[in-house]
Amino acid sequence: MTFLIFIGLTIYSFSKSNDQSNDENITEAVVRGKHIWEENNCMGCHTIMGEGAYYAPELTKVVERRGEGYIKAVLMTPVDWAPNGRKMVAYGFSKEEAEDLIAFFNWIGEIDLNGFETVVSPLSKDDN
Amino acid sequence: MKYKSQKVAYWFFALSMLLFGLQIVYGFIMGFAHAGMDGLHSFIPFNTARAVHTNLLVVWLLSGFMGAAYYIIPEEAQRELVSVKLAYVQLISLALVGVTAIVGYHFNYWEGRKFLEIPRPLDYLVVVNVLLFLGLILTTLFKGKRRTTTALVLSMGLLFAALLYLPGMLPFDSQIKDSFFRWWVVHLWVEGVWELIMGGILSFLLIKLTGVDREVIEKWLYVIVGLTFLSGVLGTGHHYYYIGVNKIWLIVGGIFSALEPLAFLAMALFAVNMYRKGEKKHPNKLALYWTLGAAIVSFIGAGLLGFAHTLPQTNLYTHGTLVTAMHGHLAFWGAYAMIVLAIISYSLPNMTGRKLYESTRGRMAFWMSNIGMIGMTVAFGVAGVAQVYLERKFKMEFIAVQKEIEVHFIVLIICATLFMTGIILYFIDFYKHGRPNDEALEITPINN
Repeated sequence: MTFLIFIGLTIYSFSKSNDQSNDENITEAVVRGKHIWEENNCMGCHTIMGEGAYYAPELTKVVERRGEGYIKAVLMTPVDWAPNGRKMVAYGFSKEEAEDLIAFFNWIGEIDLNGFETVVSPLSKDDN
Repeated sequence: MKYKSQKVAYWFFALSMLLFGLQIVYGFIMGFAHAGMDGLHSFIPFNTARAVHTNLLVVWLLSGFMGAAYYIIPEEAQRELVSVKLAYVQLISLALVGVTAIVGYHFNYWEGRKFLEIPRPLDYLVVVNVLLFLGLILTTLFKGKRRTTTALVLSMGLLFAALLYLPGMLPFDSQIKDSFFRWWVVHLWVEGVWELIMGGILSFLLIKLTGVDREVIEKWLYVIVGLTFLSGVLGTGHHYYYIGVNKIWLIVGGIFSALEPLAFLAMALFAVNMYRKGEKKHPNKLALYWTLGAAIVSFIGAGLLGFAHTLPQTNLYTHGTLVTAMHGHLAFWGAYAMIVLAIISYSLPNMTGRKLYESTRGRMAFWMSNIGMIGMTVAFGVAGVAQVYLERKFKMEFIAVQKEIEVHFIVLIICATLFMTGIILYFIDFYKHGRPNDEALEITPINN
């Protein structure tokens, strides 16, 4: 019984008029970015939309906060990136891969997260 | 032990203990990294340690649940397992798949979805493995002389756990839908079907340890199953507050999450009441410790600490912080780790014929691991709350905050050392019992 209500609510929240998941803006680059994100288990350190491992910064509004140039540098660096002593694996992504990941972050950045985005992103341009 | 085939359980428990030990090792790697000592970064970066740590937890608990089922089902159904040989095949394949996944994580071979990192080809092998397990358990149950509520609830839990593994394998282009259906596996396991498994094991242990009538105990079990389904399913909503789906989940998730502690409260009351009622006192005190401990600590860890940050207004600030780690550690320890340790403590003397019931070492194992884990929970909690205030109220940079809270991880490591000492004592007890043997069949009185 409760499971039926659960499925009903699932259908309700993904129906066209209630959907706030920014689905229509998913491009091929975003999908490629998501694959790179998964293949390297970025969630094993970072969080995104509050999901992940609490070891590295939240990346929901990272493009707005850091700018594309900085992110590209981090993703393409051949040595471990450790701005404040906490190390990130040196992935040494290609320019294309870095751009796909940025497309992915941009897409995430546009999602309506019911207010969470203003809490986790002190430098975002939204009022908070 | 009444049936020869129950011995299979021993090897599942042994695998379980081995993986548990490894899980603790990887936990230490992460603890040190958080404290600013990440010397292993080039060989085992944090994301690898994290994937190994959480996946080992799942695999050792599952191995423990499977062992519990292989021990409990023959006794409840009153017949031997349908095939002991296939049970060993299942054990070995489970170990192989688990080890391949864990090794793979060190070579960037994974799926990168929190808790479900097992790569896709291995997922299919897991499905085959679990089907084999369920086939053995269910045919034994249905060919058996009796079908008890305890056995049914346990088997239902295991069956649904297998079914609910499937939504995690759906492919999505959208990160949101990916997350959404990932929680169908993760949440509905820990707040739903695993609770049934726990309830089943708990009920079996209480019947054996307290001597209270099966009827009384199984009536309680119905209540627990009811409460679990009432709150757990829609309680999934608390994972949907801030991941980009409709606001309806704030209300649904908020209300039903608030009810989630009830199932755990019922479980704690159930265990304590049955213990008080029981006139026949079973000599296996250690098993009783772990059983009552599981019921009580799960209520604190899963029920109360979960409730502490499950309301949307609180969760807005605690979502994605160490507060989650605080709740997660005590919840998993109390609800699932302790119940596995309880069934092992109960069944080991029966399978091996060595009744090391009342050892100082056993008691030390119980108290040291529990005090250690509570200390770890407090350390995570203090770090998490500090993180919430500094980062999300006062808008400090993430990394700057992490520097501020490093000291709490020193406390965490100290408590973890105490915890590990307790667990090592438990392992020694396990080892001292020796191998299972058929002679144990006669040694154990029929009514135990």
